[in-house]
Amino acid sequence: MRTALFWIFSIAAVASALGVVGSLRSPINSALSLVVSMLALAGLYVLLEAQFVGLIQVMVYAGAIVVLFLFVIMLLNLRGSGAAGAESQPIAKAIGALVAVAATLWLARTLAAGRAPWPDVEEGFGTTRAIGEALYTDYVLSVQVAGVLLLAGIVAAVVLAKKKID
Amino acid sequence: MGDISGYHFQIVAALIFSIGALGVLLRRNMIVMFMSIELMLNAANLSLVAFSREIGNDQGQILAFMVMVVAAVEVAVGLAIIISLVRNRDTVNIEDTSQLKW
Amino acid sequence: MATSTVWVSIFLFALVLLAFAPIMTWVERKQSALMQDRIGANRASILGFKALGLIHPLADVIKMITKEDTIPTGAHRFLHFVSPFIAVAPAIISFAVIPYGGTYEMWGAHVPLVVADLDYGVLFVFAIGSIATYGSMLAGWAGNNNFGMLGSIRVSAQMISYEVALGITVVGLFMIFGTLRLTDLGVMQQETFRLFGFLEHFGWVEAGTKWIEWITIPMWGIVLQPLPFFMFLTALMAENKRAPFDTPEGESEIVAGYFIEYSGMKFGLYMMGEWIEVVVIAALLTAMFLGGWSLPWVNEANMIASWTPVLGENMANLAAMVLAVHVFLFKVIVLIWFQMLIRWSMPRFRYDQVMNLGWKILLPLSLANIVITALGILIVQGVTS
Repeated sequence: MRTALFWIFSIAAVASALGVVGSLRSPINSALSLVVSMLALAGLYVLLEAQFVGLIQVMVYAGAIVVLFLFVIMLLNLRGSGAAGAESQPIAKAIGALVAVAATLWLARTLAAGRAPWPDVEEGFGTTRAIGEALYTDYVLSVQVAGVLLLAGIVAAVVLAKKKID
Repeated sequence: MGDISGYHFQIVAALIFSIGALGVLLRRNMIVMFMSIELMLNAANLSLVAFSREIGNDQGQILAFMVMVVAAVEVAVGLAIIISLVRNRDTVNIEDTSQLKW
Repeated sequence: MATSTVWVSIFLFALVLLAFAPIMTWVERKQSALMQDRIGANRASILGFKALGLIHPLADVIKMITKEDTIPTGAHRFLHFVSPFIAVAPAIISFAVIPYGGTYEMWGAHVPLVVADLDYGVLFVFAIGSIATYGSMLAGWAGNNNFGMLGSIRVSAQMISYEVALGITVVGLFMIFGTLRLTDLGVMQQETFRLFGFLEHFGWVEAGTKWIEWITIPMWGIVLQPLPFFMFLTALMAENKRAPFDTPEGESEIVAGYFIEYSGMKFGLYMMGEWIEVVVIAALLTAMFLGGWSLPWVNEANMIASWTPVLGENMANLAAMVLAVHVFLFKVIVLIWFQMLIRWSMPRFRYDQVMNLGWKILLPLSLANIVITALGILIVQGVTS
């Protein structure tokens, strides 16, 4: 069951990631592929016993970030525009990209070469309570910094979107 | 969990990361490039969560949570930049906004 | 005995959803008619039986199914087809975590009255609810219609804005109860506390004074967090996009907003989604703020224990289960009535008013509520320890 779910979610995630990059017709299609990819990744997180992270993934990425992308695409009315455009040096780029893919795969292989069987996680691993307790005790400084970062982000977004440059 | 182990999750993460990197390199549409960056961040998150499961320690999940916070801020600011760029230049092609390359 | 377990909860799940959605059309018509001094739906009849207009939902369904299903030129066909389903499915799915009753032991079977008892129940509802945005957003875009586009932009802005307030308003409640699991919330709300217990703690009256022991208040969410109850209701109604918050539809401004290009059953699905969501809102508020399936001042475990000598263990559990479901449905119906009352009394807010309410009133108030709740918890802990 879990093995089948792993294959379903991972194939969906990789295929829709390809859809994000490869859909040349309209950025809307890219955004929709991105949603599918995010939801599939949330499924993978749940398979990894990280239910809380999975739910936050659905809420933050699928529920807010991609909606913002769609909102901007609709607001700017980018229907059909923004196609591939003039590609400069396509061959050089393709070779570079292939090298990049090969390098990352090799890296992953090296990193995960151990293939040790997974330990059984204790009760409560990855639940809201476990993550919440860790966040508000050991990592409270990170939470504070994240809060300041969010505030800076809100101010920056308002300032940038409000007035015209130049 | 049968024959699936951390190795498989790392391969999926690496594939998604490479696809995201490809998108940033190949596409010229600013919004699509931005989405590709999000894909790369997500791949990193998947890798973190998979390692966290492998070690049996939830620090990786907390790091992934922090990455999501940063991603949300980044999207808010980045999309605001894109909106003001499009308002001023009327294009989403990254090649048309190369003034800083002088 | 797992089979009997699943069967009861899924049966109730289907019953509530399938029965409520069509009846809501009747409720909406009749209540608006009552409020506007009209008679309301009473024409549809089968062999002369009008049944107070209850046959109208049937007539509606026949009309919707037999209507032509138009797809406008230039529409994105796949998205146009799929978005009504994206709009309805989340409302139905989020029902799965809402408990109708406690857990009962009868005839050797273990019967929990909830489909999925998740550790992060409320978060699950929020996460699934945030997916519903796509159904409305893509509908307006896929139809290739400018009014639809305006509706899409409005709906996405409104739903993202209210999701922020929605999550933060209920943090105070979770701080008090310390759980996100809806079944735990239901059990915890059966407790009571002594309203004047602090007098005893300060030593102003003798310990064990009778009137202090008698005046107790149930620990319902609405008693502990009265303001968040109304803020949460407001945010949920804004997410549902019905009357005071229906700027994305706005008949008099942008015709029908995001679902302008839909006809027949697909249009019907949007209406159904809204009505199911009304029921979901009522059920969620009941489970979180109104004590769930329990009667006030009644602890369910004690109640079953006191019935056991009279009825036997199995019958006592069964009776408690039936009572729980009825209490839950009664509370849900009252909340549906309340939402209908709001929907037919308030005029549509202007778009800027909707945004101001979300960002400048609900969000600061809910943040203040978190601080006040934290202070309250500290004070109570300091007094009692």
